[in-house]
Amino acid sequence: MSYIQPEQLAEQARSLLDEYLPKVSSLKVKERQKIPAQEMPTQDPIVRSANMEEVALGYSFEQAQLEAIRCLQCPKQNCIEGCPVKIDIPRFIHHIAQGEMEQAIAVLKETTLLPAVCGRVCPQEKQCQLHCTLGKALKDVDKSVAIGRLERFVADWERINGKTVIPAVKPATGKKVAVVGSGPAGLVVAADCRREGHHVTIFEAFHKLGGVLRYGIPEFRLPNDIIDNEIETLKAMGVEIKTNFVVGRTRKLIDLIEKDGYDAVFVGTGAGLPIFMGIEGENLVGVFSANEYLTRANLMKAFEKRADTPIYPSRKVMVLGGGNVAMDASRMAKRLGAGTVYVVYRRTENEMPARKEEVLHAKEEGVEFLFLQNARRVVGDSQGRVIGVECVRYELGEPDASGRRAPVLIPNSEFVMEVDTVIVAVGNGSNPLISQTTPQLAVNKRGNILVDETQKTSVDKIFAGGDIVLGAATVILAMGEGRRSAEGINRMLAEGE
Amino acid sequence: MSRILFKQQFTEDVFLMRLHAPLIAEERQAGQFIILQTDDDFGERIPLTIADADTKEGSITIIFQVVGKTTKQLSTFSVDDELPALVGPLGTPTHIENFGRVVCVGGGIGVAPLHPIAQALKKAGNHVTIITGARTKDLLILENEMKAIADEFIVCTDDGSYGRKALVTAPLKELCEQTPKPDMVISIGPPVMMKFCSETTRPYQVFTQVSLNTIMVDGTGMCGGCRVNVGKEVKFVCVDGPEFDGHLVDFDNMINRLNSYKDIERHHYKCFVENAFKEQEVEA
Ligand SMILES: Cc1cc2nc3c(=O)[nH]c(=O)nc-3n(C[C@H](O)[C@H](O)[C@H](O)COP(=O)(O)OP(=O)(O)OC[C@H]3O[C@@H](n4cnc5c(N)ncnc54)[C@H](O)[C@@H]3O)c2cc1C
Ligand SMILES: Cc1cc2nc3c(=O)[nH]c(=O)nc-3n(C[C@H](O)[C@H](O)[C@H](O)COP(=O)(O)OP(=O)(O)OC[C@H]3O[C@@H](n4cnc5c(N)ncnc54)[C@H](O)[C@@H]3O)c2cc1C
Ligand code: SF4
Ligand code: SF4
Ligand code: FES
Repeated sequence: MSYIQPEQLAEQARSLLDEYLPKVSSLKVKERQKIPAQEMPTQDPIVRSANMEEVALGYSFEQAQLEAIRCLQCPKQNCIEGCPVKIDIPRFIHHIAQGEMEQAIAVLKETTLLPAVCGRVCPQEKQCQLHCTLGKALKDVDKSVAIGRLERFVADWERINGKTVIPAVKPATGKKVAVVGSGPAGLVVAADCRREGHHVTIFEAFHKLGGVLRYGIPEFRLPNDIIDNEIETLKAMGVEIKTNFVVGRTRKLIDLIEKDGYDAVFVGTGAGLPIFMGIEGENLVGVFSANEYLTRANLMKAFEKRADTPIYPSRKVMVLGGGNVAMDASRMAKRLGAGTVYVVYRRTENEMPARKEEVLHAKEEGVEFLFLQNARRVVGDSQGRVIGVECVRYELGEPDASGRRAPVLIPNSEFVMEVDTVIVAVGNGSNPLISQTTPQLAVNKRGNILVDETQKTSVDKIFAGGDIVLGAATVILAMGEGRRSAEGINRMLAEGE
Repeated sequence: MSRILFKQQFTEDVFLMRLHAPLIAEERQAGQFIILQTDDDFGERIPLTIADADTKEGSITIIFQVVGKTTKQLSTFSVDDELPALVGPLGTPTHIENFGRVVCVGGGIGVAPLHPIAQALKKAGNHVTIITGARTKDLLILENEMKAIADEFIVCTDDGSYGRKALVTAPLKELCEQTPKPDMVISIGPPVMMKFCSETTRPYQVFTQVSLNTIMVDGTGMCGGCRVNVGKEVKFVCVDGPEFDGHLVDFDNMINRLNSYKDIERHHYKCFVENAFKEQEVEA
């Protein structure tokens, strides 16, 4: 696909809209199917791979309306089934088609707190859009209604036009809720519990809020303004915020209840434990976990001249892994000046867990993909600095338990790639800090906190949700668990009256 | 936010500060550290050991040496200034019990983190020998405080300007040769010193604990930047440490990793000092 300027996309949409809008109420299914799927306008790949600004610019008003008109408003709403939080998709899209943005955002807010985030980062092609009837009819999931982009459009419309409504807060109940961790799960619990009139305090280990949304997912994919906007809303609702507070260290989890008088605690501390490959040379100078690399770049702003936190000066970078984290790390490395960036993945493009759009964007920005290969050893010089990686090749064998064809090592296929930096992005385990300092909290083998169907843990008054329960998952799943936890907490506190 | 309650300059580039941090003061144990920032937008997160704490005042004490941009900037803060970010206590506390005869070796700024540990060991009933060393007399810190704890106190300077003219490893070796030999050695100082202390005690099979000062970012086990090879395992200094068995630590790798950003850090320091100089000129 060649690059099309945003203005051109907007212009195309405008003229098509002129054609369709007058007859919208009488459009036949066949005619709707003919409306071209609206492409996401982006920054020019050459320009954007040298800046930190958002890559996807968002639909123009006309594009959004045209895309919304594509929706068939199916009686059987398959799309909703695909959404983990069951957003009423046809209804919010119908409002966009009618140009009723205020109603559209209201529909979204019934089920999701962070539409601007999920619209940007959900793996839509595996969720809502996978089930879309239109995509099925056109035999191409890329031709499904662009639900995520529309969700984003509405949320951005609300924010940019200053229409953000501060949710109403019920009269004070005198009950106190502690939220540990300010990722998507924690933010949702804070909002939902505060709405019920409870006093809510967020405890965050870092000096800034947002969890992975802040320190992991880069600005060029999720601008900080959006997170800041959500946090301003929470503050306006009266949520108390304590940053630089590591629960388990600054205060034990149990002490929040026993000493500080919290009536309920939510643990949403995320997955944050970087997994390394366990290969030779992995501790050489120039090998980083994606968490470290991205935290330096995002949270610590190492891409800005005035930032004190240094980032490794790289010319040739190898990123190991094939998920969103690997995409973010590789694209970040490009932006920080690396001439060559390889992504090395053991399987093929079809098996990559990353969002499709991110893979496409990475390719456009010049990231090179090496499939069916893996690193076996990192090679260093006399000062212990990385000078290369020994890789081996794989071929696809029989499908494994997950239904994916398992990669099989090709014997004697070793070769060395010359690189100066290696970024390991092969996954995150659960951070053990809370469980180690709270022995009575039941966890599974992998260290994930065990919860019941209301998200309550093995300890009274303590709930948990998000990646610390699910293992490294997604923003929308974390948000969903947050919602459920808040319901559990609110019910418990109401019953305790 | 944390207010600076007290500041004292020890030597040309070593400073002590007491910071208002009641929760940290209450929870902290010997061997733990904090992370602070001099600016919470663009500042670096730097780890510093909690040298002491006062629960009545609600304060903790840090002792730091100016080595780069952030420590330089910190040294320009005065009493009543607020530090924008301070988090802790971090790290696993030192395991304290009555081991018997313990030798505590502190080199340079390492004496600061050693102080609360020596104190706790003494309190637990150990016979505590303290060896402190510095390049020259003016760089020695906490001499009286350490002397007050020690059953036996040995000072060395590299240039012989005070105490014995020796490296700390010389008296350490002599102590290992005595009977009874020490039950345990704790060594805190520059990585090279900890490496050689570990080498000194290895032939005598005296357990030697070191406190590693790797590069850190979050200090909670999230980034892996602080990882070191300990025996056959990879450990995260911020959560598994900072203390490890010195006989198992791969010091050469650790020292290489500490130098990862040397050129950039030197540049930041230079820019900061030059800017501060320019500002002074403007003011004058
Ligand atoms: C680089 C990257 C890219 C990703 N891209 C996508 C994507 O495109 N789409 C998608 O859906 N998902 C993506 N994910 C996954 C998604 O971000 C996570 O699933 C989600 O953020 C989990 O939310 P959470 O609230 O459970 O935890 P987190 O977002 O991890 O937040 C946990 C918070 O708790 C804090 N904390 C931890 N321990 C303590 C403590 N003891 N005391 C106080 N605070 C503590 C942490 O500092 C952190 O701020 C990505 C993840 C990464 C790392
Ligand atoms: C657990 C722990 C406890 C520590 N306790 C103390 C203490 O009580 N007093 C004290 O003066 N220092 C202590 N340090 C070291 C202190 O953190 C560094 O001196 C500081 O981060 C340097 O920051 P800077 O910006 O001034 O210098 P930079 O410009 O960042 O670095 C200058 C030089 O210092 C080294 N360095 C850089 N970052 C670190 C780091 N995070 N840790 C160690 N060395 C580093 C590098 O080799 C570099 O060449 C401790 C470190 C750790 C990990
Ligand atoms: S939240 Fe995610 S899955 Fe649900 S509709 Fe929005 S983009 Fe689709
Ligand atoms: S399945 Fe697709 S076409 Fe049907 S209502 Fe949902 S979004 Fe619209
Ligand atoms: S400092 Fe990040 S894991 Fe230790």
